[in-house]
Amino acid sequence: MLESTHLSKSFGKLKALDRLSIRMEAGQAVSLVGPNGSGKTTFLKCLLGLVIPDSGDLTLNGQTILGRWDYRQQIGYMPQIGRYPDNMRVGQVFDMVREIRRDTFHRLDDDLMRAFEVGKFAHKTMRTLSGGTRQKVNACLAFLFDPDVLVLDEPTAGLDPVASEILKEKVLAEKARGKLVLVTSHILSDLEELTTDVMYLIEGQLQFYQSIEQLKSRTGEDKLNRALAQVMKQNATNR
Amino acid sequence: MLRIVKYVLYDILQNRIVIGYTLFLLAVSLGLFNLSGDPTKGLVSLLNVVLIVTPLVSIVFATIHFYNAAEFIELLAAQPIRRSLIVWSTFFGLAVAMTLAVLIGIGIPVALYAPNATGLTLVIVAAALSVAFVSIALLAAVLTRDKAKGIGAALLLWFYFALLYDALVLFLMFSFADYPLEKAMLAFISLNPIDLARVVVLLQMDISALMGYTGALFREFLGTGWGIGFAVVVLLLWVFVPISVAVRVFRRKDL
Repeated sequence: MLESTHLSKSFGKLKALDRLSIRMEAGQAVSLVGPNGSGKTTFLKCLLGLVIPDSGDLTLNGQTILGRWDYRQQIGYMPQIGRYPDNMRVGQVFDMVREIRRDTFHRLDDDLMRAFEVGKFAHKTMRTLSGGTRQKVNACLAFLFDPDVLVLDEPTAGLDPVASEILKEKVLAEKARGKLVLVTSHILSDLEELTTDVMYLIEGQLQFYQSIEQLKSRTGEDKLNRALAQVMKQNATNR
Repeated sequence: MLRIVKYVLYDILQNRIVIGYTLFLLAVSLGLFNLSGDPTKGLVSLLNVVLIVTPLVSIVFATIHFYNAAEFIELLAAQPIRRSLIVWSTFFGLAVAMTLAVLIGIGIPVALYAPNATGLTLVIVAAALSVAFVSIALLAAVLTRDKAKGIGAALLLWFYFALLYDALVLFLMFSFADYPLEKAMLAFISLNPIDLARVVVLLQMDISALMGYTGALFREFLGTGWGIGFAVVVLLLWVFVPISVAVRVFRRKDL
């Protein structure tokens, strides 16, 4: 469904992505894991069209997304920090995005909006919202248009435990419906709950890409965090 | 595009700075007209304020707005719309807001005290100047990633166009006083929207004689319908060239 071939991107001397090739299918939920600055965000930004790769190709359902914009109707994006115009009300943010995507969505999915009771703070201006409430708005917008691909950047950071559980259940439900989900998070227990596969990046290069089960059996650990720690240690000694 | 402009505009119009700016223009215009009993004198004083203040506020406000909207722009860029649409919408939102401020803050007093062709020219020129500087601001903001550098660049550009440029031209005129510089002066003036605006309004006031031989030449060239047409076209170029370049740059920019 999503395929990257020799995708490269440098910022000055820094190689953020180095000939990254990977293939993901619908129904998969992939964790992007790696140290800070390893290219996780750059990869997601390439997928979203926010960063333009230097070379290589990125295709969605067999069609390249480079230089195009219409493919983004199939993507729902939950940013880490979502800032909106200060004077805009929550309701207006939803109206605006709905108007922008008016011609391109087939079904509105307002499950999250109901679960988070967005109606209760729809009249507030974005400036007055707490970080967690803003995250709720981000989450609702990502899922609202029933997209085929979900990109979640630190989805549970800042959310209270109840909201966090609601969001995780929603992610699992969408995965079960055959969506492709990409998640970055520093909370490994969340990743273990949500995702099926791990994509591990170091300095823009793909170190490994395998299912969590395989990873656990390879390392002989039963927790994702221990398994990853083991792999990182091995990497360090191999160098 | 209107769908986005609507929301950008809604946000800007509620901004306290824009409201304060409108009230400031209103106060200054009313004050100048009341202080100088003669409406023509009032217009001349107002012209000097307009040529300094409107470019400054437009360029600084537009730059700051663009940087503050960075995350929002990123969010829009992740939506299924063209990148160019985002820049154009921001530009139109800012341009409409600045024009409205000029129309209310300067237009109303002018309509009350000096409802003539010169007054109308002043208001139109002030609006065009504001839009041109919004355009320049967005180009500077798109080219610089760092907020502090971007605002610095905006201030420098304003300083250059409002003060430095005239000094440079004067220096040139002084150094090459023995040569016929009139044609060259026309070109120099076109290269600075503020000068262009000043000359257009002064010519309307029929005091170009005060500007000496060069003034007479401008009168001959700019005063006729052809000259006004030339000035309008050059001002429009100042509006559309920077923003078109900004759109081009933004399409390839990493957010």
